[in-house]
This record gives sequence, structure tokens and C-alpha cells, in this order.
Amino acid sequence: MERCLVLWLPDWPVTALMRSSIVPAHAPIAVLVGNSVVACSALARRLGVRRGMRRRDAHARAPGLHLASADPGRDAREFLPVVDRLEQLAPGMQIIRPGLAAIRIRGPARYYGGEAPAAQALVAHLRAEGFPEAAAGVADGRFTAEQAARRAAPVLVVPAGGAAEFLAPIAVESLGDDALARLLDQLGVRTLGGFAALGADHVLERFGPTGAHLHALAAGRDSRRVAPRRPPPELAREIAFEPPLTIADQVAFGIRMGAEEFVAGLVDRQLACTELRIELIGPRGGIAERLWAHTSSFDAASIVDRVRWQLDVASADARSAEALAEGVATVRLTPEAVDPIGEHEPGLFGGASDERVHHAFARVQAILGHRGVLTASLGGGRRLADRIVLTPWGERPIAAARTGDDRPWPGSLPPPLPSAVPQDPIPIAVETEDGSPVRVRARAHLDGHPARLRIQGSARRIVAWSGPWPLIEHNWDPGTMRRAHRFQAVDESGSAWLLLLEGDDWSIEGGYD
Amino acid sequence: MTNAAEVARLRARIEQVERLGRVGRSGRIAAAAPVLPVAPGIARLLPDRGLRAGGAYALGRSGALLTTMLAAPSAAGIWCAVVGIPEFGVESALAAGVDLERIAFVPHPGDRWLGVVGALAESIGVVAVRPGTRVRDAEASRLAARLRERHAVLLVQGAWPLAEARLDIEDREWTGLGSGHGLLERCTAGVVVASRRSGALRRGRIVLAGAHDALGSSATQRRIETAERGSNSAQQRIETPDRAAAG
Repeated sequence: MERCLVLWLPDWPVTALMRSSIVPAHAPIAVLVGNSVVACSALARRLGVRRGMRRRDAHARAPGLHLASADPGRDAREFLPVVDRLEQLAPGMQIIRPGLAAIRIRGPARYYGGEAPAAQALVAHLRAEGFPEAAAGVADGRFTAEQAARRAAPVLVVPAGGAAEFLAPIAVESLGDDALARLLDQLGVRTLGGFAALGADHVLERFGPTGAHLHALAAGRDSRRVAPRRPPPELAREIAFEPPLTIADQVAFGIRMGAEEFVAGLVDRQLACTELRIELIGPRGGIAERLWAHTSSFDAASIVDRVRWQLDVASADARSAEALAEGVATVRLTPEAVDPIGEHEPGLFGGASDERVHHAFARVQAILGHRGVLTASLGGGRRLADRIVLTPWGERPIAAARTGDDRPWPGSLPPPLPSAVPQDPIPIAVETEDGSPVRVRARAHLDGHPARLRIQGSARRIVAWSGPWPLIEHNWDPGTMRRAHRFQAVDESGSAWLLLLEGDDWSIEGGYD
Repeated sequence: MTNAAEVARLRARIEQVERLGRVGRSGRIAAAAPVLPVAPGIARLLPDRGLRAGGAYALGRSGALLTTMLAAPSAAGIWCAVVGIPEFGVESALAAGVDLERIAFVPHPGDRWLGVVGALAESIGVVAVRPGTRVRDAEASRLAARLRERHAVLLVQGAWPLAEARLDIEDREWTGLGSGHGLLERCTAGVVVASRRSGALRRGRIVLAGAHDALGSSATQRRIETAERGSNSAQQRIETPDRAAAG
């Protein structure tokens, strides 16, 4: 289990705005994307401005509100120097996104003599730098640590193993997946604890691998339970531009496809990327690289964001600016740490996810044809072969499966049932002791006692038998009506048979062994 | 100590050591492959007390034996597939505890049964197959490697070169049916297990079909005497209740 510290600078877009441009002091500030507020200053919040509010509503609450449009580049540009200075205190900082950075706590904790003192030292440093609201959270894994930082005043340490308990009352919105949160809300699941209580298999089935990963986070089973796996090198992806691109927007647009393929390649291997190295390579081989971390996992859009931020920062940094002076020729995405997704609880071996089971049967269908793989359900009927409804894999049975229990079928067979039911009855002969065929006359009167079975030429002595039991089907329709008699018999080898006599023809309806 | 007894003792020890699992490079005892549940009467006779994930088991021709072998894993939620056995009795399987929601059938794989089994072994926990053609040793060992990798269990109705164990039914005994009256009620049978590792045959009795109450609890049931049980008499003989209880 890896202990992790997350530093949080609240309302970073507002802070970045205030540090980079001249804004009226002591005025409430809100940062907008399109027409809605994405961040606001503490003063604006006191006046009633909230995230997600429309421009007009925000203005109504706070008439003196200073409005600015969001600029991710500005956010990153302002944040990276802060992180670089933090690195002098505690090396190994990972940027999650502007305003949020993570670090493995082991080193700093040893240096400062404990997790809480280390977190306090880093927060004190940030406060001295002019970030009075800086907060830190320490917990198992980045996700829990981020949640702790958001609730810290200014430092909150969640003890090892206490992640699940700490997360339980937190709202599902904190997972950052709006669609999932909405759906869970409709299901009556509003807290992470409630989400974690759902079965892992069901979550995987309903929400797919991404949902399963979030489910693990909600349960406090964050990433690094096992040592970070070195991902196989073929998962890295290079996107080359010819000629080199000089405008950040062009690069961001150009890598979108590549980023999607990169994520799809990981998902194919049931992996989620939690640490990503992005290398921007100039036409002369100069490299501007940076390591990015994510609390849950990188998707295509978040990778594009990181590349864009990195480009924005590169122009500010002398060395990177020189490397990329003639534009970007190649973007290389390398997963530095991955987590297994859709991981099953131990003991569920053989219970592969339904997705994989479906894949296996679909492959067999590709070999043998659609009707090559069948599922079975119980229908109605008297003959054993009629009672089974076989449906090709992937289709639903046409008639909803009626189980034999809730609908009595007169004349159906009492248990035990034959373990072998030939799809077409096998013709045989049943003879009496003197070799004449056994027949049934009117009123189920038997002509002679069955003494021998002839199955494909080989004769077997019958040691016990009973019957006949009449079997009448479709007696409402003379055209399809069938009359037959059933017998049970045990032969000398101990094999038991269900026999059918239709007219003068004997056949095997089922075998019991 | 005789040679045979010595060999039996050593085999038992080897089996015991193998069950503990191999000692990993780190010096820690690596966990052995997981073991899938199987009907208790059969589990007693198997070297791992169940079906070893990644193993192949050769079964006799009895359909009821196959159903019995599938019931416990299926009830435990493990996906099963039945390949090349078109007459598989679905309804009796359901009665035995097989979950129809987690089993699929490939009744007619033809010559491509081996490819089908290979594809299924990727993610299906238990694959039962009746080989349509003879399997070559090389093909069997390739499949065995995949089974081990994917922790799947193969149940073969027929011969198999690399089977963990061979299981067959002997000495079936039906109750309930008379001479022109009664109904089949229950079948008990002997199970013979020949393990690849222990060599010696192990025998036990199970309820193959019908109610699973304790063996021989109902002394009033008639037993049907069959030739296999050693009756050479030409005419059929139904044992009386008191004789059945005495035997």
C-alpha cells in the first residue's frame, strides 16, 4: 500500500488569473467557460456565486463581479513554477492538474519525522509563497489523498487502511464522472460507501472497465496495492507531425486520435494509466518532457489537456523553448504506471468477466456459425427433447423461459431425469422372452413382457421395467395429435432407459447414465 | 516393508508436497493453482480434493457422471461449456444444480472441436468435451499449456493423454423399478479414480441420479440385481427388502 500526499490549492484558475494579470484588488472574481462559472474567489463565494452558475445569475448575486474566461494554459504556466520550488523541499512531485500535485510521502515523512509534520512543512511553504488556502491530505493512494486535501484544514491524515471508512460518506460526484454519478443517483446510490457496497462483478457488467476502476477507488482500494507495474513498452505511442507543428492548438488536435488509440490499447490489456510521461520532441531532437499523474486514470481528453498544458509551459521555460523552437515533430506518450482494471476478487477464478465470456463464445460462433453456440432454457412440453429451448448465443429465447416448476405438465416425467436425451429418438427393438415384439393394445394392455432390448443389433437383457404410461400430445388437433407409450427399463449392465413406443415402433427417448 | 508398500508411501508423500505448492524463488511458498469445487463424494477421491484449475480430467461415457462433475462448479458461479455432446440432458443438469444462465453448448463442433475448446479455454472456467477425432500428444500439450495459463478445467468424455485423473463409473445400482411396476427412483454407483500422480485406484460410492439423501438410508427400496454386480443367474432377481438391508 503506498502512502501518498496531495497538495491542493483551491480555486486555482482564480489564483492563476490574479498572479498573471492585473485584476482589481478586493473585487469578487469568477472564471468562466462559455457562459458558466468554473471557479470563483472566496469573496465571490461568500456573495453567493457558485460553480456551474450562469454568467447572468452570478452577476445578479455579485454586481461588482470581475469576470474572466478560463485559460488552461495560464493555469499550467502559473502552477509549474510553484511545483518546481516545492521540488526543492520534496523531490518527486507529480502534477495531477494545475492546482493539485501529489508526492509519495515516504521520503518526506522520513525527513520531517512523520506524515503530518511533512504535510505541515509543505503547506507552510506554500502559505509563505502567498497561497493562504493551501491544504494537504495524506492517505493510501492519490484519490483518497485528494479527497482528504479538499476537507483538510489545512492538513488531514487518513490513517493507513482507513480509506474506505473515510470515503464512505463522500458524495459520488467526487469521482469526477458526471454520467456515472447521475446514473448512481437514479439507482439511489449517493455516497462512495454505497457505490463500494455494490458487487464488483455487477459494476463491471453495468459500467464497464472504467466504472470498475472508479468502484475500486470508491472502496478505498486505490491503485498501488501492488507495486507499480512496469508497463510493456509496446503500449507507448508516438505521434509524428510532418511538417513540425508550431501552434499548440494544431498539436492538440493532431494527437487526439493517437491519444484515443493509446487509451484503447491499454483498455484492451485491462489496464488503466495512472502516471503518464509526455515527451514533446522538436525536429532537431530536443525534448521537453514531463511526468503527469492522475487520480483515477487518463482518458483521451485528459491526455490532450496535459499535452496542451505542457506546450504552454514549454514556451515559458528557456530550455524547453529552445528544444521546440522549430515546432513539435513528435509527441511520445509513455505509461509510467498502470493499474489492472476489472480486477476480480480472489476466489472468483474461472469466473471471467461476462465481457470476456461473451468474447470467447463469439469467437466460437465465428468458427462454427451463429447457431454453433447455444444456450438452453426450459420450455413447456412433454417429450424431453421438446422441453428444452435452445437459443443461439447472444439472442434471447423467443418465448420467455417457463420453468417446469411453475407450470405443471400432465404426463411430464418425474425425477430423476435422463442425463442423455438424443435429439432424434434412436430406433430399437423390444422383445419378449420368445423373441416376439412387445406391443401395446387398446386400453394400455401389454402384449407380452419386455425381456430384451436390441440397440443397433446388440441385445441386452432387461432386468427391471415398468410401463406403459400413455403420452398424448396435441389431442385438440387431429392433424398433429401424437399418441405414444413410455416405459422405463434397466438392462443387465445397469443402464437405465426411457423407452417410447409409438404405434409399433420402439425408440430411446432418454438414457439415465 | 514390501516394495509396493514403499512405492505407495513415497507417492503419497510426493502428492502431499505437490499439494503444498512449489517454493518460489523468494523462499515463500507460492500458492498452488486454485481448486474448483466438485461433488463431495468425488472430491474425496481426487488428489486435490477438487478439480485443479488448469488440469484435464478424463471421464467415462456416463452422462450422469459429467452432469455430477459440472454441478458444483456451475453452482459456484463458474462458467461452463459443453462441446460435442449433443444429447447432454439439460433438464437433469438443471435438477443436479447446473446454472443454465452460466452454461453454453456447442453440440456439433465437427473436426474443429480442438480449436473450439482452445478458444473457450481462454475465459470459460470448465469446458466439457467429447473429442470428435483422436487428439495428438502435441496438440494436447499445447492445450494443456493454455489451460494452465488461463486456469480453466477440461473434462474429456473419452481418452486424454495428459489427464490429471481418469474417472469412471462402475457397479450401478438402481432402486425403485420392479417387474412391470414402480418408477426409477435413485441410482448409486461406484466411482473409480486413477490419478496420474498417485497411480493406485481409489474407489467410492456416490448417488448418480435421484434424491441425494444418505447412501442406503431407505431399506425398503428394492434393488435391481444386474449382471455387472456378479449375478450369473439367467432369470432376473429382485432382492427383498430385508436382504437388501443385510447386503
